[in-house]
Amino acid sequence: MTQRSQAQSQSAPRLPRGLQGVVADWSSDERSFKVSWGKVMMWFFLISDTFIFATFLISYMTVRLSTTAPWPDTSEVFALQIGGANVPLLLIAIMTFILISSSGTMVLAVNFAYNRDRAKTALFMGITALLGLSFVGLQATEWTKLILDEGVRPWGNPMGATQFGSTFFMITGFHGLHVSIGVAYLITVAVRALKGRYERSGNYQIVEIAGLYWHFVDLVWVFIFAFFYLW
Amino acid sequence: MAQAQTQQHHPISLYLKVWGLLFVLSTMSYFVDYFKVPDLLKWFLVSIFAFMKAGLIVSYFMHVRFERLALVYAILLPPLLLLTLLGIMAVEGDYTVWIRNLFFLHSGTGVEP
Repeated sequence: MTQRSQAQSQSAPRLPRGLQGVVADWSSDERSFKVSWGKVMMWFFLISDTFIFATFLISYMTVRLSTTAPWPDTSEVFALQIGGANVPLLLIAIMTFILISSSGTMVLAVNFAYNRDRAKTALFMGITALLGLSFVGLQATEWTKLILDEGVRPWGNPMGATQFGSTFFMITGFHGLHVSIGVAYLITVAVRALKGRYERSGNYQIVEIAGLYWHFVDLVWVFIFAFFYLW
Repeated sequence: MAQAQTQQHHPISLYLKVWGLLFVLSTMSYFVDYFKVPDLLKWFLVSIFAFMKAGLIVSYFMHVRFERLALVYAILLPPLLLLTLLGIMAVEGDYTVWIRNLFFLHSGTGVEP
């Protein structure tokens, strides 16, 4: 509680809080969101992206509800063979842990950025990007296995409902694209941080904004993991 | 000074705690699948864990808990519209599968209901 009030008093001197704050902010005859425009724009983008991913997941729900063919058992489809035993869903669990770890390293990078420690900022952003890359790599492995070994196609698969392939490739493909773009974004910001660009401008907030994007990618994966793989 | 107002700077221990919780929740949802929990309980647990994880990520990693309420509402209220789409499409999907089953039952071809 003390952390929170400290953070708030730091971030908002003399501004009313709570619902009164909402009214005051919107009727203030100036910008309504008392944060930098970069952060507001990233949030607007993330909200629209929320709608895209939610629409994907809802269409997945619709086709899964409405197919009369049996839905393939994801627990077995994504199993890994280790020492002769089939461990269900192991690959996906590993990918989940990698993405969560990368969220953790990103949060540390933001922390170091506000401590103006540019070497550590770049280091942790680099680790985050590496974890992101390994996630994309594992996803490529997963796709290869599914396409070549199991014969899954967007228009059909030997395990059951046709819609499994189309929703799988669309949802995980779009998410993988987001991770790949995120890796490029993180590397760009990390290199700039290391070169001292934000040190000179005195504004490290771009690291926090890049972090927002990265955590969003993790957030989307939480729902894909729950509703596509575990359901 | 505009920048100083908008920085989200919090103690590292807070992040580490949230990080740890995320690991625990992910492991628990994996175990739900691993130990073959019955369907209804599985759906319940998987959804609960997912929304808890989402809540932690959004409130602490994305700092929404520390933002001003005007921004919090702008972020969290619009996605609620999606519940409408969810509801409509659930009804639609149910109807589609009902009509398909009816068709296959009477035509005697294709997949059994």
